[in-house]
Amino acid sequence: MSGPAPDFLVHDACDAVGVVVVEGITAGQTLEGWIMDSDETLTMAINEAIPLGHKFALKDLKDGDSVIKYGEDIGRTIADIPKGNHVHVHNLKTSKW
Amino acid sequence: MSDLHFFGYRRENGRVGIRNHVVILPLDDLSNAACEAVANNIKGTLALPHHYGRLQFGEDLELHFRTLIGTGANPNVAAVVVIGIEPVWTARVVDGIAQTGKPVQGFAIEQHGDIDTIAAASRTAKDFLQTASELGREQCPISDLWVSHKCGESDTTSGMGANPTVGNFIDKTDAVGVTNCFGETSEITGAEHLCRERAATKEIGDKWFATWQAYMDEVIEPNKTSDLSDSQPTKGNIEGGLTTIEEKAMGNLQKIGKKACYIDVLTPAETPDKGPGLYFMDTSSAAAECVTLQAAGGFAVHIFPTGQGNIIGNPIEPVIKVTANPRTVRTMGEHVDLDVSGLLRREMNLDQAGDALIDMVLRTCNGRLTAAEALGHREFVMTKLYRSA
Repeated sequence: MSGPAPDFLVHDACDAVGVVVVEGITAGQTLEGWIMDSDETLTMAINEAIPLGHKFALKDLKDGDSVIKYGEDIGRTIADIPKGNHVHVHNLKTSKW
Repeated sequence: MSDLHFFGYRRENGRVGIRNHVVILPLDDLSNAACEAVANNIKGTLALPHHYGRLQFGEDLELHFRTLIGTGANPNVAAVVVIGIEPVWTARVVDGIAQTGKPVQGFAIEQHGDIDTIAAASRTAKDFLQTASELGREQCPISDLWVSHKCGESDTTSGMGANPTVGNFIDKTDAVGVTNCFGETSEITGAEHLCRERAATKEIGDKWFATWQAYMDEVIEPNKTSDLSDSQPTKGNIEGGLTTIEEKAMGNLQKIGKKACYIDVLTPAETPDKGPGLYFMDTSSAAAECVTLQAAGGFAVHIFPTGQGNIIGNPIEPVIKVTANPRTVRTMGEHVDLDVSGLLRREMNLDQAGDALIDMVLRTCNGRLTAAEALGHREFVMTKLYRSA
């Protein structure tokens, strides 16, 4: 509970995605992040506008990769996703049902 | 923690309520009009119209009775008038509620008609209301509280802020003997391995998994036409950044904290009987259906974390809204009881957020009206298992 207010949060140090927690983030911005589990900070440049609550890739992801968030598998990519790109229903699907 | 207390209504069976409703309860859809007329005659009573109660059979009928009896038996209810189209099923609901020892009386419409029934039921409702109005609150330990939990219109801020706040609440209150309950069978999908491990024993975990698997086999598999991505996550979830059911489930499960283990798996609307502790109830993940079942199970206050801003209330169980989404606080703040968006700005930590929630729950128990109560949200929705005969 210290340091500046972050632009994005990461649940677990091994997660593949971060979550934007402020409004008005636009393409090309460099964001300050906070890893909740390990209480570390990191900086990331993003390639697209990301709305509040939406995810972006913290590393390059290949088509068919499992995506890790909370340290757990939350689904599979259906396209290559470069680091810094928006991750959502257009490129990530459930592995269930 | 264990010295925390609130002021509640101790009922005849020892359970403690935080509201003092006199309910006018229809057995069936046909009796809604008479119940609403009685509630209109006797100001301060509460009619609970619903859609079902005719030609149901088997487990679906048993759930109908369990829900109505449980609603009347809830400690937030001081007394009940039951109205049904015929006397036999009406008496079954009356007899079930009467086991609590609270005042309850039934009226059947056949051979009397609406007008005479409304007149007779109104006289009883007036007596019940005046008697209830003289009941007083007494100091009760926090261990007398039964608290249910369900999240809705979740987004990624739910998993980061509002739901872990609820988890902190459950960890702290479980340790001092509060009875807590979570549910939402379908929404554990993707985190079922983690939920199974949070049972107090392997047998209870197996019972939970069998409940989850039965829902998959009996409801999802025969009825699905796709991967459910048009329903789970909801459109509101997706707007808020949630992409898959697995991601939603991981966020959902933050609600049960890090330490507390559930000690039993309840059927829908079942009342816990294993003593204080954390329970799972087999419910839909639709907000009004789930909270109606939990209220019928006997829970007195509900904690509802939300991301995008679900606005649900319940007529007998106050629903406390918690959000960590700063946009929801800004755009629909009138629905928010507790703002924990400071978690995302690192202005507060989970321990502080959990304490703030305990404080808000106790204030609500002492009489503070929730946002949903002030705004008149009284969603009472019966769960229907299959078509009537």
